[in-house]
Amino acid sequence: MDVTQTTGRDRTSASGTHRRPSRAGSESRNWLGGIAGWLWLAVVIIPIYWIVITSFKAQSSYYATNPLAPPSEPTLANYRMVIESDFPLYFVNSLIVTIGAVVPAVVVSFMAAYAIVRGSARRFLRGVNSLFLMGLAIPLQATIIPVYLIIIRLHLYDSLLGLILPSIAFAIPLSVLVLSNFIRDVPKELFESMRLDGASEWKTLWRLTFPLTRPAVVTVTIYNALQIWNGFLLPLILTQSPDKRTLPLALWSFQGQYSVNVPAVLASVVLTTLPILILYVVGRRQLLSGLTAGFGK
Amino acid sequence: MSAFAPTARKGTPPAATREGRGGVLPWLAVPALVIFVGFGVIPLIGVLFLSFTSWDGLGEINLSGLTSWQAVLSDPGLPHALWITLLVMLASWAFQTPLSLLIGVFLAGRQRYRAVLAVLFFIPLLLSQAAIAIAYKALLDPNFGLGAGLHIDLLVQDWLGRPVLAFSVVIFVVSWQFIPFHSLIYQGGVRQIPRSMYEAAELDGAGRVRKFFSITLPQLKYTIITSSTLMVVGSLTFFDLIFVLTAGGPADATRVLALDMYKRGFQANLMGPASAIAVILVLVGLALALLLRRLGGRDPQASQMEGA
Repeated sequence: MDVTQTTGRDRTSASGTHRRPSRAGSESRNWLGGIAGWLWLAVVIIPIYWIVITSFKAQSSYYATNPLAPPSEPTLANYRMVIESDFPLYFVNSLIVTIGAVVPAVVVSFMAAYAIVRGSARRFLRGVNSLFLMGLAIPLQATIIPVYLIIIRLHLYDSLLGLILPSIAFAIPLSVLVLSNFIRDVPKELFESMRLDGASEWKTLWRLTFPLTRPAVVTVTIYNALQIWNGFLLPLILTQSPDKRTLPLALWSFQGQYSVNVPAVLASVVLTTLPILILYVVGRRQLLSGLTAGFGK
Repeated sequence: MSAFAPTARKGTPPAATREGRGGVLPWLAVPALVIFVGFGVIPLIGVLFLSFTSWDGLGEINLSGLTSWQAVLSDPGLPHALWITLLVMLASWAFQTPLSLLIGVFLAGRQRYRAVLAVLFFIPLLLSQAAIAIAYKALLDPNFGLGAGLHIDLLVQDWLGRPVLAFSVVIFVVSWQFIPFHSLIYQGGVRQIPRSMYEAAELDGAGRVRKFFSITLPQLKYTIITSSTLMVVGSLTFFDLIFVLTAGGPADATRVLALDMYKRGFQANLMGPASAIAVILVLVGLALALLLRRLGGRDPQASQMEGA
């Protein structure tokens, strides 16, 4: 499988960027890349550092102190204020929508990817595959007006289910693509021996293929969770009442309401990102190797 | 292939075709297909239909022929939005690609600290575009932002209040979020280049720059195409960020197609013209995907079939 291959080749396929000069003057270190790498790291880190430290500053000291100096008297007041607002409600809404969309999306995509790989001789499944591939090239926003109409007609406007259904649909094309690429790497002999043992397709799918492609499933799950947790357009268009808001939308209206209280706004940004950060720390290895293996081909 | 399906036990109707005697396989694809058709394919067809109607988002939908299209095509707002979309696409590609490539090659080295760098690099991708836009709005505030606080005059600008500056900020923030991602793609690509190619070049006395241009760059051809496709098609979907950061302003300087569609549809309640814009957005997306595929000379669909 891709992941193990990439790590297995660690020592042999390095780009040569870090090689010591083997012959005098023939090679130098990759200065340009190094400068760009470190510089961009600073560009990436400084705003994040600023967000985090500012969220611990008192509103009064925000305007008075050096913005890049850590707070002299760190305070949790901003966090308390955010948590005592309706934030927990939005948090739960986001959690329901994310779990409610990601789990079905990954399950149906996995089943479809399995069918597409195992049944590639069938015209129907080839057509399904082409349809999903076409879906990759369509910008999501372009379909939002009919989605709005459909959700209204289904009487799902301003409901969490109304957010979940289109989220599943938008997650399917890429999930099927990534999962089918990994399922294709499962040795044919394994399928054959399952068949000789009399196992059904259903059993082969869950008992053999699923465990073997777990890294891909983790990658796809985290990726979709990220997309849906951070989704802004669907809740913007498909919900109306404040108690149906998800976090990104709540952040936006919170910012409009409390634009003077920058530390509190930034505390809500940090709290919103925390769950996804935890998910990233847990699944980082598989996500990074899955992404680089999937796109680097 | 079809022989794998345990036909006997599944009791499929005898009317099954010669090729695939029924079987469970096609059914496994049905749930995904139904949801995708319902909320992906039907809306795609629906948007074309809606572009020939007039609808205010609440009341009746009435057929109105080409009225919406005439309104949209004669509006100077459309060429402007198309132009801004194209500029965002080109500028974000031109800014991100060289930097991502450079950083990706650097990250492909195997030192431990570079692995740590890769972890830190990923963080911007975890934040929602709404959160990023909100943070940057505060950060760039001319009175209370970073520049004012540090007393660096160069950073004290009305960043979001002037057209050219606001446009540059959008490109920068997009790059801030996505350069790390593309660097990781390039890192993966560089690591797959066989070491022996570099050794051979070294024997011929090739220097670093020479090796980069005659080995690394040509070997990364498909990685560059993949990364560019994601960038270019992705640039059509910068809605959240621009909506929160500038709302298309100042003076429509950042009003891309997606934002134009939203404003016409959900703020001016003109769903007909907004649907026409959406159709244009789809056409631009498809045209770009086809163009990039032609450029790559590789049909991703064909390679999928080969792999099967």
